[in-house]
Order: sequence, then structure tokens, then C-alpha cells
Amino acid sequence: MKKLIKLEINGENFDVAISPAAYLIDVIRETVGLSGTKKGCGVGDCGACTVLIDGRPTLSCITLAVACAGKAITTIEGLSRGSELHPVQRAFIDKGAVQCGFCTPGMVLSSKALLDENPHPSQDEIKTALAGNLCRCTGYAKIIEAVEHAGRLLSGEGCDEQA
Amino acid sequence: MSKRDFDVIGKGVTRKDGPKKVKGEHEFADDLQFPMMLHGRIKRSDIGHGRIVRIDTSRAEALTGVKAVLIGAETPIKYGIVPQMPTEYALAHEKVRFYGEPVAAVAAVDAETAEQALDLIEIEYEALPVYTTPEEAMAEGAVKIHADNRFPGNIAYEADQNFGDVDEAFRNSHYVLEKTFKTSYVNHAFMEPHCAVSKFDTNGELFIWSTTQVPHYLHRHLSKVLQMEMNRIHVKVTGVGGAFGGKGEVSNNELISALLARKAGRPVKVLYSRKDVFLQHRGRHPIEMRVKVGVDKDGMITAIDYDGTMDGGSYGGWGLVILFYTAAMLHLPYDVKNVRFNARRIYTNKPTCGAMRGLGGVQPRFALESLLDQIAIDIGMNPYELKKRNAIGLSHETVSGQVVRHCEFRKCLDQAVELSGYKEKHGKLPFGKGIGLAGGYYISGTAYTLYMAYKPHSSAMIRVDNESGVTVYCGATDIGQGSDTVLGMMAAEKFGLPFESVHVVSGDTSLAPFDLGTFASRVTVAAGSAVCKAADNIMEKIMPVAAIQLGVRPGQLEARNGKIFSVFEPGKEIDFWKVVEKYIDAHGPLTATGDYTPPRRTGNFKGANIGHSPTYGFSAQCTEVDIDTETGEVRIVRVTEAGDCGQPINPVSVEGQVEGSIVMGMGQALFEEIKVGKDGRLLNPSLHDYKIPTMADVPELRTTFVDSYDPDSPFGAKEAGEGPIQPVIPAIFNAVYDAIGVRFTEMPITPEKVLQALDAKKKQEGKGR
Repeated sequence: MKKLIKLEINGENFDVAISPAAYLIDVIRETVGLSGTKKGCGVGDCGACTVLIDGRPTLSCITLAVACAGKAITTIEGLSRGSELHPVQRAFIDKGAVQCGFCTPGMVLSSKALLDENPHPSQDEIKTALAGNLCRCTGYAKIIEAVEHAGRLLSGEGCDEQA
Repeated sequence: MSKRDFDVIGKGVTRKDGPKKVKGEHEFADDLQFPMMLHGRIKRSDIGHGRIVRIDTSRAEALTGVKAVLIGAETPIKYGIVPQMPTEYALAHEKVRFYGEPVAAVAAVDAETAEQALDLIEIEYEALPVYTTPEEAMAEGAVKIHADNRFPGNIAYEADQNFGDVDEAFRNSHYVLEKTFKTSYVNHAFMEPHCAVSKFDTNGELFIWSTTQVPHYLHRHLSKVLQMEMNRIHVKVTGVGGAFGGKGEVSNNELISALLARKAGRPVKVLYSRKDVFLQHRGRHPIEMRVKVGVDKDGMITAIDYDGTMDGGSYGGWGLVILFYTAAMLHLPYDVKNVRFNARRIYTNKPTCGAMRGLGGVQPRFALESLLDQIAIDIGMNPYELKKRNAIGLSHETVSGQVVRHCEFRKCLDQAVELSGYKEKHGKLPFGKGIGLAGGYYISGTAYTLYMAYKPHSSAMIRVDNESGVTVYCGATDIGQGSDTVLGMMAAEKFGLPFESVHVVSGDTSLAPFDLGTFASRVTVAAGSAVCKAADNIMEKIMPVAAIQLGVRPGQLEARNGKIFSVFEPGKEIDFWKVVEKYIDAHGPLTATGDYTPPRRTGNFKGANIGHSPTYGFSAQCTEVDIDTETGEVRIVRVTEAGDCGQPINPVSVEGQVEGSIVMGMGQALFEEIKVGKDGRLLNPSLHDYKIPTMADVPELRTTFVDSYDPDSPFGAKEAGEGPIQPVIPAIFNAVYDAIGVRFTEMPITPEKVLQALDAKKKQEGKGR
């Protein structure tokens, strides 16, 4: 039996009819139609499906959608305003932290959550916070640089710095 | 083409796909939805080897929501990326050869219904012995995994090459060392699982969207398996979420989606689970290699003798080609006159091995660079000194006839050694800490048309007009490495326009002219050459128009900063777009094509056409490790890489290739390994149990380039995507030796192996006292 629930995604309310066994990622991708959240393993190993729930990075492929009613869900589509990029997104581009782009949405959201809590993380703090987001293309070095750079952008520093 | 100051090449540009990717807007195959689209799922065998006696699909067909069920007998056409040796079927036909092989497929209204239907399919097998190692498969009396295989002992193919007089050279050597090395069974572990969506239009033409490196080969295979003319099939490459060779041949899900779509009369998506990805596999071949190297008293290599057995898994795949690549990649980047290569690829009942980043090179580099390190130490020479003495110079022809037209490997060695302080550190660090050096190289710009054809390997078409600007059409496929950006940059440089004004259309068999695909580090040189030629042909058309407008000779004109001007009188200039307008007014549409085929070379021995390349990239790495002698953990502290990739076109992307290669190699050296049960079942087909490096594992990476420019390459460029993985593993193994004095010869170096080795060493030293 499907159940009708209300999900708040990126500040908008969606009434969705879903099975109580449905995972959040499938509801976001298939029912709501936001395809920016990626499924790399489906069992919580790779981090590609990361979304923010009440600001905390969460693996949407092992989270039941019904459990998210009444919570604020942020997907990658909710990060930028129109064509204007969030500083974390800007930093990923400027530092060359993007290759195939499949891990990128989850990586960007985990980075944002880290910087919201800790605006100037050390390299070790970045490594710890993002160790659950796998990437096979970049070797991570440029992602670490991007997160450091994003921290500076968010605090208004580094605007003059050459990308 | 000579080196000069460029306006676009070598400068950082923002990849056009960057903003889309950080916003999650880049479209991957699984993001596609079509009205009435069905979901396909695959029933896989639950035995490792056996004959299919009976398949009953009636209960599955009767399930509400199921629209089509397919079995192998309906599609009994063999295919293979090497068309002379087709071994595979879209769905197993008559027998299964590995645990998890696709046997039947279902298309249903949703994924859950399709999965439910799989459980209703009944399959009866007559089990055959399961061989999970080459040794078992080669044993006398072993059942043939492929009945029509012409070789005995489940040998898929064998190679035997002999140059110079190896035995005589060993007899005259000052020192000879022989060791046996074993490499592991590893998967690409790209982040995006395979996915394909097939849709037939009203006219019966097939459109397929897939995450592939090789749209052209997919095109050919679909034509063969579906028995349709190629001109009725349209292959469209979606976003590719990493590939590394794993999407470099046709995958079962692609054929199955097309077959199901035809049978059901509706669009069908077949998306793999992570476990399916491990079963599709095509990862690096495990090889057991006995390698012997001799040197004279100056440390000059006298001879190399190699005997290797490759575990190929159950099907052919790229295996035959990789076997000969391994032969071709045995001894470079060193000058060796006597070389012998004996090897065989064996069928076993496991998921098939194939092409993985740096194929053909990674395993022999591991053996060779380890042996050379040990030989240097044994004869009392610094390994850097020995490698430098043997390194080839600026150009070289190997004993097997491969021509290296441009090489800066010596500079790579010098730079990596200098920047890392290798000479000051090697042999002098405290116990547990060590530094290792290794070199490597890779082909660049080559590919074999695996079927007989003389058409160009890459082709490009450029259209310039005042409405749409510059559009480059090229069949090359951007798999995340950024080839669209590189090709666009080359066109922009040629036209003297900003990169942003160039559009690139790629990876579409209907829109873009032919290209073999993205593999063997061929795109920058091959597709790049085609784009450069097409751009030159455009310039040849418009320069006379500009010349008339300016009243000068065409030969003195140059295009830069949006203008065409006389190099002798820079005041005489005209806007690029004005010239385009004048040309089109007078002559009509402004288009041009360009193409590229690497020089054809061969020799008088079997496999002689494999390994030749128009040019080669080189690199050297110094890697520092810190070993916890209590836990056995090997920690990589720092990797210093010096690469000869020619002129880097987009430096930030090149660094990304190098860093990705280093971390991928680290994984194979230290922990990655697929484990297989006795029954052929994979024991760790998940990213939880198959460990790949995380951000927490990343060492300090010092990525540098040596000054290099290959004058015969487009803008001096060479490969960067596969060369840098070559030295990674042996540099780590050499560093481990430097740290604890243990020469590991088997991947991966797990903490257990380190502790066991330290224990054994302690006992040995105890005895010695």
C-alpha cells in the first residue's frame, strides 16, 4: 500500500505517494524527478547519494523516505540559486576538482556541511569529513584544495586570488 | 608544428561541463526517462561452470507487469571486441562459464516487478568442474571452458617473441637476478554503474543511450547481435561516470536493453547494481610472471627473459590484445638488446579480465622496476644511477621495431629524484621509513582497428558560421577526462578565438564523424590531430579571403585574439568573424574535415603490429612510505611525480589524470583485490568489502611536468592518463624494501603480509647470528 506523505525538498513541498519501503534516493530521483543525486552502490558504501537532512550529510540510498517527512531535505539542485553557483561549487570548478562528475553532487554537499560547521578545516579535518565520499577519478588532491578554497570564499577571503 | 607562446593551450580554462557537474545537471544514462519506459533486470547463474539443461520462463512471463522475457537461445550470436575471436553472448547460450553470468532477462513496468520475475525463472544446470586458477584450468584432463578453443589446456592464446640472443647474453652477464611476481585481480571501481537505455522509433530504428568509451564498437556489435544494418542504429554516449577501460568494450546490459526493447516494443533501461559491475568486470589481468634480468658490471642491462601466465577469466574480451601489449611493453623505457617473452592467457571460470588503465604495462613494470631496484642494490649501485644509465635517449628504436620519436624520460628521472631528495634519502632513512623510485611509459595516439579497415582512426568536422559560431564535431568520447575541453582548446588556439566560443559535439554516431573510441590514451594525439587538421583546412579557406580584404599575401597572415593580421604589418588586421561572413557570402557554408591515422608499422613476428605508437608519454616517481611495524600498515607519505606528457594542453586536467592514476595504483599496491570462492563466487563484490582508496588515504602528491614538446604531435602533446600509473606500484614496493628490507613480489602488500615478513626476517636474522 502506498502512503501519501509531504516531503520538503530544497524549500519546496512535494506531496508524494510512496511505498513505506521506498528509499529517499528513489523518491527524489524517480518520483520527484530531481536526478542530480546519484546512486553509485545503493547500499551506503560510496557517498554519491549524499543529501543534507536538516543540514547534516545523509546517505539517501539507505534512508527511508517516510522517515524524512517534516525534515528539510537539501539536494544538489537546492544549493545554487539559478545560474549563480554556491561558493563550494565555484571552488570545485576553479580548483579542477571535477572530472566525471558522478561523485561531485555528494562531494559538494558533504563539503558544504563541513564548512557550515567548521569554516576553516585543516586538511586532516577535510579528509575525515569526506572519507565517506568515494571518487575514483581525481585522487582527491584537488577536492581537498577546493574545500580549502571554498572555506576562504565563504568567509570573504581569497576573492582576489587567481583561480 | 613548433612551440610558441599560446593563448589557450597550456592555460587553465574552465571546463564547460564543470558548472553542469557541480550542479548535478550533467546527464548520465540512469537520469534518462522515457514515457512507457520499462526496467530490465538480469537473471544470473548460481553455478560457476555448467551446461544449461532447461530454462522455464513461463511463471515469470505470467507475472503482472512483465512485458518481455529473454533467454540466450533467442540470441545465439557470438560477439567479441576482437571480432576474429568472438566468444561471448548477450545471454549465456548452452552453457555458463562463471558464477553470476547473465542467463535470462526480464523487462517489466518497474524494477521491483522485474526483480520479482527473476525469481520465477527456473533454470536447471548440469554442473561442470569450476576452475578458479590458471593452474587448475591448465591441468591435464581439465574440461574445455570453450569447446571450440583451438589451444589445449584452456589456453586462450599464447605469445612467443624472441629478440637477440638472451641465453648468450645471460652467460656473459656480470649479475643475473630472477624472481617470480604475482599481480592481483582488481576492478576499475568507477563510480557510475553501467546503464543503457534502448528505444526503437516508429520506423524501427534503434536509439541507444549508454555510458560507453567505445560508441563505434557498440554500434558494430549491436548491428551483429540484433542483425540490423548499422545505418538504422544510433548510439548516443551519455555522461560517463568514470570508465578506466571498464566501459571500453560492449557490456551485456547494452545488448540486453536493445533486445528487450525490440521484444517488448517499449523503451527499456538496464541499470547495473554494484555487484553487476563486478560481474561484468573487465579489470586488470592477474599475472604470474617469472622474470630474469642480467646486467654487466656497469649496470647496463644485458637481457630480459619473461614467462607469464595471465588469468583471463571466462571470455576473450580484450585479452588477446593485452597479451601482446604486455610483450610490447616489457622493456621500455630502457635500452635492451636481448629480450624474450613467453606468455599465455588462460580461460578460468571467473568474470572476464580486460582493459584497465595502463593495460599491458602495469604488470611488467611492477616486475621490471622491482628487479632493477634489487639488482642495483645487489651490485652496490644507486637504483637511480642504474636506471638513468639504461634509460633511452631523445629518440629510440627498440629491438622489436617500435619507434619512439620523442622521449624525455631521463629528465623525468632527474626531476623526480631531485625534487624528492631521493639520493639523500635512499638507504639512509630509519627502519620503517623508505623511499622508492620507478619509471614508466605508455603509448599515445595509437589504436588498432580490430577488424580490417583502412579508414582513418579519428576524424573531425568543423563548421564555422556567424550564427552558431565554431562547432567541432568529433566521435571521440569524453569519459570525464576532459577530452571535449582539450579538443575545443585546440580549435580555439588555431582560430585565435577564446575557448568559450567553441562548441564540441562528440560521442554520437549519428552526429559526429567516425572515431575509434576512448582507450589506449589515444584521444589527445589522434582526435586532436584530426581536429587540428580540420581547423587548418578552415584557415586555408578563409586566409585568401582575408588576404584580399587586407591587400597582403595569405602566407603572412596569422589569427590571434579574434583578428586575422599580417605578421609583418600588424596594423593590417580584420576581425575573424568579418572574414567568415565574407567567405560565406561568396562561397557558401564554411566547413572542413580532418582525419588522423597513426603510421602503420609491423614486423616479421607474431603480434608485431601491437605496441607501435606514434608517440609515447613517460614518467618517473619517487614514493616515500612509513610502515607501522606494530600493525604492519604501509602508509604512503609522499609521491613526487615528474611526467613527460609533452605540452600539457589543459594543465589542471593533466594533473587530475596523474593524481587519479597515483591513487588508483596505490589501491592495487596496498589493498584492492577481488576474492573468489572455490565455487567461483565473488566474495567481496561491493565497495564495502572491495576497498578502494578514500580521501583519508591520500598522501602528499607532488605532480610536476618536465619541459617537453613533441614537435610531431598536436601542440606538442602526449598522453597523461595511463603513463603515470605505470611507476606507482613498483615505486611503493621499492620504498617498502628500502624501509624494512623485505622484497615483496606479490600484490597487495597487506598488513598481514608485512607482519609475517617482518617475523620471518627476525627469525632469519636470529639464525644468522
